[in-house]
Amino acid sequence: MTTTSTRPTPLRESVAQLDARANRMRRDVIRMVHAAACGHPAGPLGMAEMMSVLYFHEMAVDPQQPEHPLRDRFVLSNGHCCAALYSSLARRGYFPADQLAQFRKYGSHFQGHPHLGALPGIEMSTGSLGTGVSVAGGMALAAQVDGSPARIYAVTSDGESQEGQPWENATAAAHYGLGNLTLLLDWNGIQIDGRTEDVMNPGDIAAKYAAFGWQVLEVDGHNTQALIDALAEARADTGRPALLACRTKIGKGVSYMEDVPDFHGMAPNDEQAIQALRELGDPAPEDLNHDQARLWE
Amino acid sequence: MDRTAPPPVKQEATRAAYGRALEALGHQRADLVVLDADLSGSTKTRVFAQSFPDRFFNIGVAEMNMAGYAAGLALSGKLVYCSSFAMFAAGKAWEPIRQSIAITNANVKIVASHAGLTVGEDGASHQMLEDLALMRVLPNMRVIVPADSRQTEAAVAAIAEVDGPCYMRVSRAATPILEDLPPFELGRADVVREGSDIALITCGVEVAECMKAAELLAEQGVQALVLNAATIKPLDDAKVAEVARQCGRVMTVEEHQIIGGLGEAVASSLAQSGVSVPLRLHGMKGEFGQTGPAKNLLDHYRLDAAGIAAEVQSWLAS
Repeated sequence: MTTTSTRPTPLRESVAQLDARANRMRRDVIRMVHAAACGHPAGPLGMAEMMSVLYFHEMAVDPQQPEHPLRDRFVLSNGHCCAALYSSLARRGYFPADQLAQFRKYGSHFQGHPHLGALPGIEMSTGSLGTGVSVAGGMALAAQVDGSPARIYAVTSDGESQEGQPWENATAAAHYGLGNLTLLLDWNGIQIDGRTEDVMNPGDIAAKYAAFGWQVLEVDGHNTQALIDALAEARADTGRPALLACRTKIGKGVSYMEDVPDFHGMAPNDEQAIQALRELGDPAPEDLNHDQARLWE
Repeated sequence: MDRTAPPPVKQEATRAAYGRALEALGHQRADLVVLDADLSGSTKTRVFAQSFPDRFFNIGVAEMNMAGYAAGLALSGKLVYCSSFAMFAAGKAWEPIRQSIAITNANVKIVASHAGLTVGEDGASHQMLEDLALMRVLPNMRVIVPADSRQTEAAVAAIAEVDGPCYMRVSRAATPILEDLPPFELGRADVVREGSDIALITCGVEVAECMKAAELLAEQGVQALVLNAATIKPLDDAKVAEVARQCGRVMTVEEHQIIGGLGEAVASSLAQSGVSVPLRLHGMKGEFGQTGPAKNLLDHYRLDAAGIAAEVQSWLAS
């Protein structure tokens, strides 16, 4: 029998622990995408601090009770960056980390975009940009209707902000005063076809959300303490939805991927993977036989 | 000569029955939440909103977002009904429905009004003649088109018992309340008139027209069976095969494109049941509608009783 009366407790790990988590996540991402030989490596690398702060500091979730009714929810609206989500869930204890080697493999639970029901901890199927933020709004509305303390978090991106649906959600979430909803904008300036300002300039996304009536907090998306503080500030404002406009660098932590559009959707080759793992301090960077459990310890 | 006029046929739009049934369901289901996209007066969700303002949310003119909110609410444990005109509820929101409702098997009931030609004067932009095709193709989605207001009321309650997405089409125009219609059951098609020469398989507002067409045909010596396929998906394959074998000839009649709707569902069903009988699909044949009162449009596209009877006769004569 599960305990449903008390909310799960956030881990509230230290900044040093969280930074180590982010590094571990980056190594996971490189191994996952290299093992799959396809996928999106650079976006997840840029989200590592955001995800580690959410799962290991901010969110009230319990891997032992993934369906706890009072849990916080997370929606990855930029679903193609799911390597970061899968790593977060594994490291948080939802399933063994060595399963991450199954990423995008035939017959595995690790689809190329998050799929509800495939793995414990996945709260929503996403992949079609624009849809996830809307669903997060609906979840926040449900919690509001129930008077539930559950909070809803979602990561969105600047590329996704070119869709129309996020702005429909921006209107509705402000209208209904969804103070339990926090979006984290992965604002890296890169999309598949190049730089967002060249492809379709989304302008000042933070100012746009502010104009819609949101609480907007601009932060360095790689500054763990800043993320912790901004999330606390968002929590304290119970009357408005919040946007953390996180300035990030795509490919962060791997020199040849940083701020390079090509690695939005391209896997590293062997040589590149070894270099990336070396730069990230992996203890066995040359060992690319990812099916070995010890590589995921 | 003293002639007694027949009693007037009671009429009601299925959307009106929807509003009434939804309000009734609200009393039974505390977990019911209703969404609309700025058309609550027309879709009749306002009836629910007036009784349960805390469980009604107007999402504004934003049907994609309505689909997303519906999914989020449903995946948080709510029973969600959401409504707009069929054009927007099914058309504009199709992809968010696929991604957020169908893939996740979310417990969302999309009840779309003002479908088909009988929207009338609003014209081609609002005459949704492709919604059944769009919804039928989605895995997990059930598709229901009740024939009259009584069936609609029963269907509103029936789909609440199904855990998963449903699409139900209701109509703007007042249509006859059919006497002696069997109670609605999801997945069951009912013979509403017996016959032996041809089976008219139909749904929604066309059921009443087919009943009247059958009367006209009877006067001309043709005995038409009418099958009300109120559930298009899952289709009652056994009943469809049975009436096809019984009559040896089938015409489907729908207020929808003949591509992708009831007609093709029946064609596929018969083919897969191994029933080979002459089959004709009657409906919109690859064109959009035009403006005018519903009555004129049904006449123009030969989807009123006289037109359906004429279609049958010309086929039999060919």
